[in-house]
Amino acid sequence: MNLRPGRRAALIAAGAGGALALGWLVTSQGPLAPAKVTVATVEQRTLQAGSFGIGTVEARRSYALGPTSASRVTRVLVDQGDAVKAGQLLAELDPVDLEDRVASGRLAAERAAGTIRAAEAQLAEARSRAQVAVSAARRSTELRAQGFVSQEAVDTRGHEANAAKAAVDAAAAQLAVAQRDRDRALADVAGVGKLRAQARLASPVDGVISARLVEPGTTLVAGQAVLQIIDPASLWIRARINQRQAGAVRVGQSAEIVLRSDPERVHPGKVERIDWVSDTVTEERIVNVGFAERPAGVPVGELVEVTIRTADLANVRSVPTAAVKRVDRQDGIWRITGGRVAFRPVKVGITTLDGRSQIVDGLDVGDEVVVHSERALQTDGKVRVVAAIVRSAP
Amino acid sequence: MINLAGRDILHGWGRFLFTGVGLGLLIGVTLSMAGIYRGMVDDAKVLLGNVGADLWVVQRDTLGPYAEPSNVRDDAYRALLGVRGVADAGNVTYLTMQIQHEGRDVRVMLVGFEPGHPGEPGSLVAGRPITRSHYEAIADERTGLRIDQRVRIRRHEYTVVGLTRRAVSSGGDPMVFVPLQDAQEVQFLKDNDALLNERARTAANPAFNRPGVPGLLEAVQASQASSRTVNVVMLRLAPHADEAVVAREIRRWKHLEAYTRADMDEILVAKLIATSAKQIFMFLVILAVVSAAIVAFIIYTMTLAKQREIAVLKLIGARNRSIAGMILQQALGLGVIGFVVGRTAAALWAPVFPKYVLLLPGDAVVGAALVMAICALASVVAIRAALRIDPATAIGG
Repeated sequence: MNLRPGRRAALIAAGAGGALALGWLVTSQGPLAPAKVTVATVEQRTLQAGSFGIGTVEARRSYALGPTSASRVTRVLVDQGDAVKAGQLLAELDPVDLEDRVASGRLAAERAAGTIRAAEAQLAEARSRAQVAVSAARRSTELRAQGFVSQEAVDTRGHEANAAKAAVDAAAAQLAVAQRDRDRALADVAGVGKLRAQARLASPVDGVISARLVEPGTTLVAGQAVLQIIDPASLWIRARINQRQAGAVRVGQSAEIVLRSDPERVHPGKVERIDWVSDTVTEERIVNVGFAERPAGVPVGELVEVTIRTADLANVRSVPTAAVKRVDRQDGIWRITGGRVAFRPVKVGITTLDGRSQIVDGLDVGDEVVVHSERALQTDGKVRVVAAIVRSAP
Repeated sequence: MINLAGRDILHGWGRFLFTGVGLGLLIGVTLSMAGIYRGMVDDAKVLLGNVGADLWVVQRDTLGPYAEPSNVRDDAYRALLGVRGVADAGNVTYLTMQIQHEGRDVRVMLVGFEPGHPGEPGSLVAGRPITRSHYEAIADERTGLRIDQRVRIRRHEYTVVGLTRRAVSSGGDPMVFVPLQDAQEVQFLKDNDALLNERARTAANPAFNRPGVPGLLEAVQASQASSRTVNVVMLRLAPHADEAVVAREIRRWKHLEAYTRADMDEILVAKLIATSAKQIFMFLVILAVVSAAIVAFIIYTMTLAKQREIAVLKLIGARNRSIAGMILQQALGLGVIGFVVGRTAAALWAPVFPKYVLLLPGDAVVGAALVMAICALASVVAIRAALRIDPATAIGG
């Protein structure tokens, strides 16, 4: 081409620039570009293993007071939040016909007492008759020996004596029956009296009324609660911890409790009980955590988050958990050497709640490993280390 | 011999360059269209590849969980673990929903998964995996969420602990991963108002609120507020296991449907995105035709504008071959500029698209060849017109 040299150079430069721009775009933006990664080094430090669960505030002991038989509520003397003492009368139930049944029982007892007296009199009479009959029979036997009376007369007297003795036994049995009747009537009276005592609901403990469930006039079935009382000193957390994380939880471990109503404050606590029975449906274990110092005014049923410190491992090698990847059904990490990566299987120990994984085997302190990558890595793939792949929030 | 095409271009290089850039933008649109189609297919593949599963077990006679709703009891995994060849099982739920973030609505797909089991998110681009069994979330960066931000999903606030890239549903909604139990709760426990209304509705039903049976209402309400279903159980198989055999076993004895990776590919690519893919392909064809037509028109009008010059060339005895070569070279030059500009433009605006745009080098090579072929074809019309020019017109005849 017959061009001025300047123009020619400019054209070549523009062409080369365009080709370079295209080449840069293809190799830096598309699938051919090296993958951007962030890296971390293997560190030796103390790891705090922990378990996390959510739970609710519950009273360790909660009492539901209610009648043992169907009845109607007459009075409820306390309201929710009231502090009560053990033995304090809290509510009264309408005894309906209990008073009448007590009166009826008493009357029956009195009547039984009359029957007893009558039976006693009958017994005395029978005894006296028997005495007369027996002595008459004896006399008749003596007279027969002397030949004054006939044998028939002797037999008649003997029969009369036997009949009179049988009458004594019958009267004695009647007396015993009458006595049992009286006892039964008295027991009835005592039983109804106890029932009437049940109609007065008294607090079994010193505590706080947590719920007033019914109002006067309500008819209840047997066992239905009128009031609920809790012992506020016994408030604790019933936490549910995934079975996978619950293995290391032991009684006595320290815990951190965060109430939903006050998420900024952390209350110290302690594991107090681990239920023997695990929830088979939700696959969670139930762990009870007590407050070291019970916060004031925490409501029963509030949702809480519990973090239990299960172990402190001193001086162990660890990497960020995000660095542990799974390739071909094997846990491992991507190690960087000279701008290229290679997969190295490792044995992972515990993982902490803040996202660090213990490396039991497979890496040394100071090894550089890939934490995040913008796409799945290939063995011997080229990578470019950046501070962060995604810009953090402003 | 002097290069006629070069001389002519230099004569009006501004016009030539701008024509090329305009054409390039059109080619860029075409390439982006192809990239959108590739992105859709790739999204589907990433969706399947990320979860690390070999088998997808879903409700019988459904194409779940992506193409159709599917419900499986969440304890089915125990029975599945007993099937010979199954190494690991993970319950997964999917729910497309709207969340509020910084005052705007974000449409997301909420994924419930069990950490350490199939179904967990693939590699992270920031943060850490979920370590707590509740109220932590991993979000896709497209949601706009960032590490340590708190996001409210229905009744609870979740802390974002990790970010993923390109974890999107087949519809393109970014995913938010939360622990399974939280996700199950989200599926069933609605907002507080809905809960209260539901309780009142149940209480108003005399069958559930009988005066003589205290506790019945509470029991019914408790049973309404819990969810025992998941959408899919993902299985990882032992190294020796044949997935087709295991799938058959599950279909026959567990009365569930089991899909292999190939089946899921088929369902996602051939069934779920088939219509939209065809739509895009048709658009791509039309764009290619329109581009070809425009190239043809441009070169034709460029040639007609040079009518007098060509006539002069003919008059001074230039051969037809030289003239045809000039037009062809100009057309090809236009194609090169157009392709470079188009490819660059497509690469530059691809990240701005809401859905993933995948520009494959292979597509680019095919595109370049097509552009050149179209330019060459288009120049034929112009060459025919140029050859028919009467040299006499040069001297005003």
